[in-house]
Amino acid sequence: MKPQEMVDRILKADRRAAARLMTMVEDQSELASEIMKDIFACTGRSMLIGVTGAGGSGKSSLIEHLIGRFRKDDKKVGVVAVDPSSPFSGGALLGDRIRFQKYSLDDGVFIRSMGSRGYMGGLARASSDVVRIMEAMGNDVVIIETLGAGQDEVDIIHIAQTCLLVLTPGMGDDIQAIKAGIMEIADLIVLNKADLEGANSCIQSLESAIHYNLKKDKDVWVPRVVPTIASSMQTAECEGIEDLYQNIMEHQAFLHKTRRIDTVHAKRIEQELGLIFKDEVEKTVFAGLKGTGKKREYIESIIKGNNNPYSVVDEVLSTFLRTEKLE
Amino acid sequence: MGLKPKSINEQNPDKHIEPVRNMSGLEIKPLYGPEDIQSLSYEADIGRPGEFPYVRGVYPYMYRERVWTIRQLGSLGPPDKANLRIRQLVEMGATGVSICLDMPTIMGRDSDDPMAEGEVGRCGGVAIDTLDDMRALLEGIDLETISINFVSNSQSAIILALFCVLAEERGVPLSKLRGTMQNDILKEYQAQKSYYFPPSPSLRLTMDTIAFCHDNLPLFNPISISGYHLASAGATPLQELAFTLANAFTYVREGINAGMAVDAFAPRLSFFFKVHNDFFENVAKFRAARRIWARTMKDTFKAKDPASWRFRVHTQTSGSSLTAQQMENNIVRTTIQALSAVIAGTQSLHTNSFDEALSIPTPLSERIALRTQQIIAHESAVASTIDPLAGSYFVEALTNEMEAEALRIIQAIEDNGGVVACIENGYFQKEIAESAFAYQQAVQNGERIIVGLNAYAEGEEGKIELREVDPDFEKEKVAVLKQFKSNRDPSALEAAGKALREACRTGENVMPPLLSGVKAGMSLGEAVRHMRSVFGSYREKAIF
Amino acid sequence: MSRERIKVIISKVGLDGHDRGAKVVASLLREAGFEVIYLGMYQTPEAIVKAAIDEDADVIGVSYLSGEHLVFTPLIVELMRKEGLDDVLFVAGGSFPPEDIPVMKEMGIDEVFRGGTLTDELIRYIKENVRETQE
Repeated sequence: MKPQEMVDRILKADRRAAARLMTMVEDQSELASEIMKDIFACTGRSMLIGVTGAGGSGKSSLIEHLIGRFRKDDKKVGVVAVDPSSPFSGGALLGDRIRFQKYSLDDGVFIRSMGSRGYMGGLARASSDVVRIMEAMGNDVVIIETLGAGQDEVDIIHIAQTCLLVLTPGMGDDIQAIKAGIMEIADLIVLNKADLEGANSCIQSLESAIHYNLKKDKDVWVPRVVPTIASSMQTAECEGIEDLYQNIMEHQAFLHKTRRIDTVHAKRIEQELGLIFKDEVEKTVFAGLKGTGKKREYIESIIKGNNNPYSVVDEVLSTFLRTEKLE
Repeated sequence: MGLKPKSINEQNPDKHIEPVRNMSGLEIKPLYGPEDIQSLSYEADIGRPGEFPYVRGVYPYMYRERVWTIRQLGSLGPPDKANLRIRQLVEMGATGVSICLDMPTIMGRDSDDPMAEGEVGRCGGVAIDTLDDMRALLEGIDLETISINFVSNSQSAIILALFCVLAEERGVPLSKLRGTMQNDILKEYQAQKSYYFPPSPSLRLTMDTIAFCHDNLPLFNPISISGYHLASAGATPLQELAFTLANAFTYVREGINAGMAVDAFAPRLSFFFKVHNDFFENVAKFRAARRIWARTMKDTFKAKDPASWRFRVHTQTSGSSLTAQQMENNIVRTTIQALSAVIAGTQSLHTNSFDEALSIPTPLSERIALRTQQIIAHESAVASTIDPLAGSYFVEALTNEMEAEALRIIQAIEDNGGVVACIENGYFQKEIAESAFAYQQAVQNGERIIVGLNAYAEGEEGKIELREVDPDFEKEKVAVLKQFKSNRDPSALEAAGKALREACRTGENVMPPLLSGVKAGMSLGEAVRHMRSVFGSYREKAIF
Repeated sequence: MSRERIKVIISKVGLDGHDRGAKVVASLLREAGFEVIYLGMYQTPEAIVKAAIDEDADVIGVSYLSGEHLVFTPLIVELMRKEGLDDVLFVAGGSFPPEDIPVMKEMGIDEVFRGGTLTDELIRYIKENVRETQE
């Protein structure tokens, strides 16, 4: 597929072209950045919802029901589901499509599974690019599911506009642990499996945590706790999904009304710039070193005690990059 | 007494003997002696056959009185063809037959369901949609003497209704019907994965059929609590033992909670085990199962009737141990497995055909499978002595160890909220998947040798005659079904459907409305749809 | 450029729920460094092919155990052709009679691995035959 053809096809929502470009960004192909340049202008308009939470909290089931709710409004939905790659083999078992089986034949739903490929932060390195491609395809809503999270997996807050943190009543300790950072992580806290024992006290403790951390600022969004009952096994209706949907829409309305959406966009671009810079600098430097035998020289000089890693990097960077500030 | 032989390693400390583990992961020593069974009391822990705790067998004379039931599979494709097969097996000396269902029937769909397309009458099973099919299937079979084993689970209540209505038509009193309904729904969620509804309503349907049989079919086993499928899905023999018993205790508890007296239904609970390649592990598994069952029924559930303490078991040789490579070797594997089942004291036995790894058995392979049992019964003389391995240091020690480990697992399941909770939180699926993976890895890396597969392999295989499935059968079956469906009284059918849904809602036993339903011509797929409209459906999470 | 990670769809198709083989193969492929998209049970040919498109899979692997191989193989092949997935490998594993293998190949399946085949053979086959480039 020629690059221009690929761009045209993606903008016309062609699934194969989009899927192929997603693989190319995952594989960090040179050509991919060229194509990304051409579709970038057609991105940045979708509603981006992040869903994070520990494994077993029911993220996938909630997403399944959210897809259904958005499809009722005839919105096109993209889903990016990230699972961990094996640190040993680099392989991954991506099982999220099973949960979304109901939409396996719906042309208005595009699901993409991603292995984290060693990238930390709860997403894959290419997740933000894949979200951009889904936007370029014309998906109205893109839902991003992080891999079962600990507390460090919060990269999602740089991409998503509305961030859902999914908890269950059984996770008392986890809730204690995140209390402090709760305002930073979540716009909506979904207490799933709210039919389980301890749900009420859990809701109370979450709400008190929210209010304890609340800044006395006027235009601030106060995170809300939304109870739901979604199970991966009972395929019937999900209680609380309409409430969750309404809260998402209210949060979106808040972002647009207060123009906080601009801050969110800016944060996302800053994150992407950072990633691209890091990769490109690395690539440029390594490409420059390749075949010169310099790398081995540097290592040997460090071993011999004639040099140290910090000085080596200074020297290399001053060769490849100019140190002045941009005008 | 006092004489303690040295173990092999003690005799020559410099000699290194590689440690060996059985399929359950228990370490097997090169030699066992009196020290390994020191704490064993013959009276308390073993006892005589037919006596508590039944380790040596559930009947006092075992095969000296009556040889095990030789039960072979009699179903294939259309009901009338399956009927010919059943008659043939009966003529050849089978005293019981097993009826397998085809995939659409297993999944609760009629032959004319769009999802059934291409799968009707395949997989060695028979398509049962309506009363007409049950009539054709059992035409000319004496229901009072031949014991019929329905390999039926989610659909058991409906199959039972069809079976009872047929008996009524033929003038056979329900009280004379013999046979077994597999009806073990819990293992469907754990292993076989053919369920229609969430676990709780499914369990309730099973309890409805048990209650109905308890009142009306005293000679019929309403459930065969099955480890076989757990083992086929990858459970080790130890897991098979522990999970099966945990499931069984769940049914017992449900029955008691439903208001039945334990001694009223426990004597009709029967079991279904697999025998794999490890000969002594098989024997120890059966002996341990009998002891755990007897003791738990007596001590925990306070059963008073000795019949409630007896662990009666049907056995099948291992289909998953068969290889497609050098297929004739499967005859030998099946023989060794069958022999272990007999020495372990099974009540009935199914031997697999050697070509099952490839396809539906042929008449030749089926005959060899049947004859294997007859040779064991009449030529090998192993049936002459009851529990011949009792007192063996090794077998008694292994029995103890399997028992102790199984009890530990059963307790862990209890501690995690019981069987249903462990289904829902994925415990069983995870345990089984891990064992399956470990087994496959051991085969891959040659740690576990499978002759003809990862050792002693040869190039091309010889050609084997295989049985064809008639491709036109599906079309005919669908046409006949459509005809049947168009000849029913819609108002009677609607009334029956309403009554069935009502029973599902209120918790009344579903059997009476099902009986009226199938009499009015309600098909299996229709009955499932009625029930699903009340119970909802279920989907498991993927666990590796 | 060469492939960073080979993506494989593993699925059951039709009504058969025996998923042991599919799960074990999925796990072994992960250990071998593949990205495995596991679709589970009760899939239709349409859903499998659509998943292969959206995930840009290199390989579709289906597990057959209940004599359904001659029914679903041509359906999947036909859909793959219709969608232009010419460079995607289609392989099956499971139990079927030896003489059905040429029939399945005639129908258009790339390779067939019968029950008991060691997964090493599958891994080798995929590595040797998977499409080279993504561009």
